[in-house]
Amino acid sequence: MIGELKSNVPAGPMEDKWTNHKFSSKLVNPNNKRKFNVIVVGSGLAGAAAAASLGELGYKVQLFTFHDTPRRAHSIAAQGGINGAKNYKNDGDSVHRLFYDTVKGGDYRAREANVHRLAEVSVNIIDQAVAQGVPFAREYGGRLDNRSFGGTQVSRTFYARGQTGQQLLLGAYSALMRQVSLGHVELNVRSEMLDLVVADGRASGVVVRNVVTGQVTAHAGHAVLLATGGYGNVYYLSTNAKMSNVTAAWRAHRRGALFANPCYTQIHPTCIPASDEFQSKLTLMSESLRNDGRIWVPTSHDETRAADQIPEAERDYFLERKYPSFGNLVPRDVASRNAKTVVDEGRGVGPLKNGVFLDFAEAIARDGRPAIEDRYDNLLQMYERITGDDPFRVPMRIYPAVHYTMGGLWVDYNLMSNVPGLFVLGEANFSDHGANRLGASALMQGLADGYFVAPYTVGSYLADLLGKKAPDTTHPAFTESIDQVTDQTKQWLSVKGTKSVDHYHRELGKIMWEHVGMARNQPGLEKAMSEISALHDEFRTNVRVLGSGDTLNQSLEKAGRVDDFFELGMLLARDALEREESCGGHFREEHQDDGEALRDDENFAHVAAWEWTGDGKPQVRHKEELTFDVVHPSTRSYK
Amino acid sequence: MSKHLNLTLKVWRQDGPDAQGRFETYEARGIADDASFLEMLDVVNERLIGENKEPITFESDCREGICGTCSLTINGMPHGKEKGTATCQLHMRKFSDGDHITIEPFRARAFPVIRDLAVDRSALDRIIEAGGFISVNTGAAPEANITPVPKSVADAAMDAAACIGCGACVAACPNSAGQLFTAAKVQHLNLLPQGQAERWKRTEAMVETMEEYFGSCTNHGECHDACPKEISLDFIAYLNRDYIKAKVKNRKLASQS
Ligand SMILES: Cc1cc2nc3c(=O)[nH]c(=O)nc-3n(C[C@H](O)[C@H](O)[C@H](O)COP(=O)(O)OP(=O)(O)OC[C@H]3O[C@@H](n4cnc5c(N)ncnc54)[C@H](O)[C@@H]3O)c2cc1C
Ligand code: SF4
Ligand code: FES
Repeated sequence: MIGELKSNVPAGPMEDKWTNHKFSSKLVNPNNKRKFNVIVVGSGLAGAAAAASLGELGYKVQLFTFHDTPRRAHSIAAQGGINGAKNYKNDGDSVHRLFYDTVKGGDYRAREANVHRLAEVSVNIIDQAVAQGVPFAREYGGRLDNRSFGGTQVSRTFYARGQTGQQLLLGAYSALMRQVSLGHVELNVRSEMLDLVVADGRASGVVVRNVVTGQVTAHAGHAVLLATGGYGNVYYLSTNAKMSNVTAAWRAHRRGALFANPCYTQIHPTCIPASDEFQSKLTLMSESLRNDGRIWVPTSHDETRAADQIPEAERDYFLERKYPSFGNLVPRDVASRNAKTVVDEGRGVGPLKNGVFLDFAEAIARDGRPAIEDRYDNLLQMYERITGDDPFRVPMRIYPAVHYTMGGLWVDYNLMSNVPGLFVLGEANFSDHGANRLGASALMQGLADGYFVAPYTVGSYLADLLGKKAPDTTHPAFTESIDQVTDQTKQWLSVKGTKSVDHYHRELGKIMWEHVGMARNQPGLEKAMSEISALHDEFRTNVRVLGSGDTLNQSLEKAGRVDDFFELGMLLARDALEREESCGGHFREEHQDDGEALRDDENFAHVAAWEWTGDGKPQVRHKEELTFDVVHPSTRSYK
Repeated sequence: MSKHLNLTLKVWRQDGPDAQGRFETYEARGIADDASFLEMLDVVNERLIGENKEPITFESDCREGICGTCSLTINGMPHGKEKGTATCQLHMRKFSDGDHITIEPFRARAFPVIRDLAVDRSALDRIIEAGGFISVNTGAAPEANITPVPKSVADAAMDAAACIGCGACVAACPNSAGQLFTAAKVQHLNLLPQGQAERWKRTEAMVETMEEYFGSCTNHGECHDACPKEISLDFIAYLNRDYIKAKVKNRKLASQS
């Protein structure tokens, strides 16, 4: 059993914590760094940034990714931008304001000290990216441009057209490839981590399957960094890339790492509505569109006219009506729930009445078509390609979709999990966004963790290991893990059932979306848990995985991932059930005041961190109490 | 509401890197025209699994045209004939009922087939490794606004940087040349003030690594037609210019040292 959860937040004033902590951290002397082997799993923003930075420092880094090249990680799809408290616009932004906005935006469920550090290093990230050649948008004078983004009143978002994630990832990837060329980082692509090896109480390595040859191998390291992304695909339909999954984090959880706040999932308000059963994923339309687009539905339930035939008086701009001061720029959770409300009322638009309008007519009339094209062109083209509708002529249709997961493996201030030597970075950890993430903050967090936090905190952990025996793969924990992974793989091939992996994944997703989606309640969550459990049993005995284990076999890869999604889905529902309050992305229908979320700070101002206790046994819930010394909790109001 | 199509697919199947490949024919009936091309293949695969046949291996990830993973040659054209569109962004409404569609992997000497429609494009990473970066360690960056970059320069760099590394340009080229990809990667950095210090070294190293893996460019322009990001051929001209200069400058530098 786990003892008390120690956040290891350093003492002292909020503004000085990180500086003091860095100063008091132990250092590894340059000649000793190469004696340490660091394993990094994942090559998205967090993993690529960490691997590159650790390589630069002189550590021996082994990087694993299941992608065919680090360049393709899910981070590449981020569109809108990245926050940085530069205050280039002179509009009153500061580290303190970014910190404040993030704690408040997270609905007072994040650890203050982590958030402050994030805001502090946000400015360094922008410097780093620019130096790497990230082509951020510029003003005519040649200085960096900013825009306001998703629920903030200052313009602090840096962007590269609608491809910010791509450009930041290419920056991190280029830094990484430089370290590969220098021999500091060993790159292992198409290599899926399927187990964490914990030997003598420390994370000591990973077991990896080469997805092309099926070969299963063990790798030892002094520390293991997971930067393996979020778990939004537990809903099957989400904006996440098709291959994103929870397996790395989940297998670490099964080896003892606590999983925190799984019920904090973010539903993004501006996605293209689903069209049919064949729908394989949902496409995000960057919420920067909300800066110029107005969201509305018809006032009448039986509206049949085309959008441009509906007179102004018969349109309900519901966000502007309910939230006069933030209007269309309310945070994501608020925008999403309100869209759900109007669609549930039967006022949805489109052939399936499952969307709301996002209308550019006024912005086009005001700023002209070229200005709008310049701002959003690739997004609008993408929309037209997918739907066949031209957003310059008909308003876009949007609807909320699962987008991001705030929960993840529990980590302390050093980004280390409760398993010594296991660090978790980026979306895979639970740390900085509390119950709701603000727009343009995930890229910031992934890069903060990778470039500016882990290189210090991992070094400090390694300093203590100097002179101790290096972990090696002859330890029985490695052999045990290899056997287990090999058996599991064979197991899927021998079920020989009747339904495909995707079938089960889709069905799991429907349960999750129906009962554990945008609005949750006790009976629904209980129903979800019993349905997930039954479906999981059926999956294990009736899934059909054809082919063999020694060639590229995508069904086989997916079978293991979906198995983990089942277990995670169950925990997510349980976490949602036990959190008897509404906060951020977690909305319990029992806890509301006429649609507005009711938080319960007295009983739930804590992190719920779940401990695995064995197959078939329910996880144990631990708490890390949260204190708010600087930003005092208040009701979030965007009216 | 969407229409439905009945299609005949001729699909390349190959059990492994060293196995002999072959075309197989599948009837894809009742495909909704709102589906994407990959969703159409998902449906076909579901049916194959139902018939106890191994599904067709093809790669995709973002399905938003940005990650560069999807890589199908459709009716002889990498990513299909739709301009500026990656395979995953191609929708069935661009096809007609009764169409016959041939689906192959991206074909190029540098891209060996791994299985069915999946190929190995890691040669592209080797080009980046050779010099596709600006050498700046984490923490060593100056204040971001210290060097103004004219908007036109930043925009041009972004035009080049938009390349998604899919390799369609290589697959479309009769010589399997890697020029458009390399040009985009080199010029993104060479255009920016930050990229000047290593400009000549970078250009020579990346071009020469490219030549190890890829064929030579004879200015056909097929690469541009296949490119989902419509990367401009001008970048190849700039690359050639920079490469000639680089040879001279690097030799001078070498003789001085
Ligand atoms: C469509 C979209 C748009 C977005 N837009 C924005 C935005 O504008 N601004 C913003 O701040 N955020 C945005 N986000 C969120 C943001 O993109 C992600 O949260 C962030 O990029 C996650 O980065 P990461 O490095 O943590 O993980 P990822 O980029 O998901 O990388 C995970 C890596 O881990 C590897 N991996 C995973 N499991 C294994 C395993 N078992 N074995 C080996 N390797 C493994 C993968 O191969 C990959 O390399 C957006 C997200 C989406 C879906
Ligand atoms: S230049 Fe175009 S076709 Fe070639 S890799 Fe880049 S995006 Fe693909
Ligand atoms: S799947 Fe990402 S570009 Fe097509």
